[in-house]
Amino acid sequence: MAVKSVIEAVREAMREEMQRDEHVFVMGEDVGWRGGVFLATQGFIEEFGPERVIDTPLAEASIMGIALGASFRGMRPIPEVEFADFLWPAVNQLIGEAARVCYGSDGSLNAPVTIRIPYGGGIRGGLFHSQNVEAYFFHTPGLKVIAPATPYDAKGLLKSAIRDNNPVVFLEHKKTYRLVRGDVPEEDYVLPIGKAEVKRPGQNITVVSYGLMVHYCLEAAELLAAEGVAQVEVVDLRTLKPLDTETVLESVKKTGKLLIVHEDNITGGIGSEIAALAADQAFDYLDAPIGRVCGPDVPTMPFAQTLEDAYMPNTQKIAQALRNLAAY
Amino acid sequence: MTQLTNQTDGHADGIAADISRQLPQGITPEDLVDFYRRMVTIRTIDERIWMMNRQGKVPIAASGQGHEAAQLGSLLAAEKDGNCFFFPYYRDLSLKMGAGLTPTQVMLSFMGKEGDPYSNARQFPLQGADLEHNVIQTSNVVAAQLTQAVGYALACKMLGDDKVIFVYFGDGASSQGETHEAMNFAGVHKLPVVFVCENNAYAISVPQRMQMAIGDVANRAEGYGFPGLIVDGLDLLASYEACREAINHARREGPVMLEMKLERLMPHTTDDDDSRYRPKEEIDAVREKDPVAAFSSFMLEQGYLTEEQQEEIRAQARRAVNEATDAADAALPPDASDLHKNVYAP
Ligand SMILES: Cc1ncc(C[n+]2csc(CCOP(=O)(O)OP(=O)(O)O)c2C)c(N)n1
Ligand SMILES: [Mg+2]
Repeated sequence: MAVKSVIEAVREAMREEMQRDEHVFVMGEDVGWRGGVFLATQGFIEEFGPERVIDTPLAEASIMGIALGASFRGMRPIPEVEFADFLWPAVNQLIGEAARVCYGSDGSLNAPVTIRIPYGGGIRGGLFHSQNVEAYFFHTPGLKVIAPATPYDAKGLLKSAIRDNNPVVFLEHKKTYRLVRGDVPEEDYVLPIGKAEVKRPGQNITVVSYGLMVHYCLEAAELLAAEGVAQVEVVDLRTLKPLDTETVLESVKKTGKLLIVHEDNITGGIGSEIAALAADQAFDYLDAPIGRVCGPDVPTMPFAQTLEDAYMPNTQKIAQALRNLAAY
Repeated sequence: MTQLTNQTDGHADGIAADISRQLPQGITPEDLVDFYRRMVTIRTIDERIWMMNRQGKVPIAASGQGHEAAQLGSLLAAEKDGNCFFFPYYRDLSLKMGAGLTPTQVMLSFMGKEGDPYSNARQFPLQGADLEHNVIQTSNVVAAQLTQAVGYALACKMLGDDKVIFVYFGDGASSQGETHEAMNFAGVHKLPVVFVCENNAYAISVPQRMQMAIGDVANRAEGYGFPGLIVDGLDLLASYEACREAINHARREGPVMLEMKLERLMPHTTDDDDSRYRPKEEIDAVREKDPVAAFSSFMLEQGYLTEEQQEEIRAQARRAVNEATDAADAALPPDASDLHKNVYAP
């Protein structure tokens, strides 16, 4: 095992899949000689050449649509959108078209496209370099949605996504790219799509999260343990769609208390669905109202440090919500 | 439309050097000195902003160096006309500051402080709206401004006012579907829009030949039923003249596209490293085509300003930028309670 960053894990997953299967190729803005704006494809054009590492014109609708068309002919494209905030022109081809290909052809056609999207805030990106876009895809049957938190999960899940026969939205939190490091095996491995993971076991409160926020939840859990207030179980969803309801419910039934944390806007976010799930299928086990620490309903975290801080959930805010739940 | 003329063909090779000519119609020596002053101040603040990024005080900046002459030439034409509205993009510091912002306002914006005139520090610098100076730039999503500009022009036509709308965009933005859709609609409805393509031959790292199979974006205009012209974007007066003609044409007959051939003198943004994708010789050669240096030589050679006067203007600019930097540095970011303000209009 070697210690890698999230961006290195993403890069390795793609490189190994491109080596393994000549149908895999990458396309997007600046993915060639620049190696991508976050360097996810650094060294790729040198290794695989410009036919499999395509620097596209600046036009996201075509990036997604062309990837989709290529997938119909048996390729496994990995289109990259530079920032989630610039995804919107591609939404017709992604939500409108790709999500409905299998169902709309009654299974005769499929769309093995993995669209990679750097997302999320806390990096002084302002309104147009910080957006959380997961809820839109979470709402859409036909798509799979993955949002890993660690290098190990990022690599194993990205490989699974590329090998999957469905359109997969692969969300990479920009702030984790270089900040989060962890063990990644040298040998080939894949992780199952649709499986959450208990990142920290605990008896008293369940906290469910994904992406960057998992790390803040883990820190908050340590704080509460140190204070002797509660043993918090941290469930990292890893895959948002299909949702691993089993792992979530099992944990909630054990602890009887549930906190959901995400950076995306609270209304209509992933947390709403998880709360509904718990209310529906674990009602008798709940000892406290379900809590949520989420981004407020303002359009993305602003640029000013003060406003960004006010928007972002963080360790302290999560710890306070956990203390309140513990005291209930 | 017959008086619209191409100024060059090909990219901006050395055309900035061709400066010996008469003053264009409507321009006085005072105008030239005024715009020289603005240009020097803008370049000074642009360089300062880059430095402040390196000091950790400005999170991000897209330098406008190389684009000054094109933008200021269009501003000069628009000011002479007196009834224009602007939809710029993120590289248009010259247009936005030239239109009337103080150095302190610009610095507040780049440092994310209270008093940023565009978004009060919600967005990246100088994005949002500065209605006092007739500017809207809702975002830095490439090419989102083109359909909006066309819609603004449609409304002006519906309301019977006589405005001409300038919309600015890069060569990269010309690939976006919405750019095509905007131009097509403007052509159908003969709307008073001047489409200004600031072609610096790169979209971050992607060179023009990977973006399009043609040499001149201007050629596309014909397909939308309106003229497209190539302009020396490194020459303020060339830009002025093209824009003056374009304004007249837009008001009388409908849209025009001006493709300003120019250069990006700096990396894409403070986050970029252009040596990854641009050969050193090319970067060095591009530096030689500095429109500010070209305009300085022109002013000197034509006798509008002496060397001493230019130095005095530069010194004044430095003082103004120093003061602005200190003022913005001392200013506070907006209060956290601002977070929930103005999600909806009242
Ligand atoms: C829709 C969209 N896609 C991608 C980006 C990321 N991006 C920012 S600037 C840029 C290149 C733009 O090039 P060009 O239009 O030529 O303008 P220039 O920066 O050269 O002035 C890209 C890809 C974006 N801001 N918006
Ligand atoms: Mg460009």
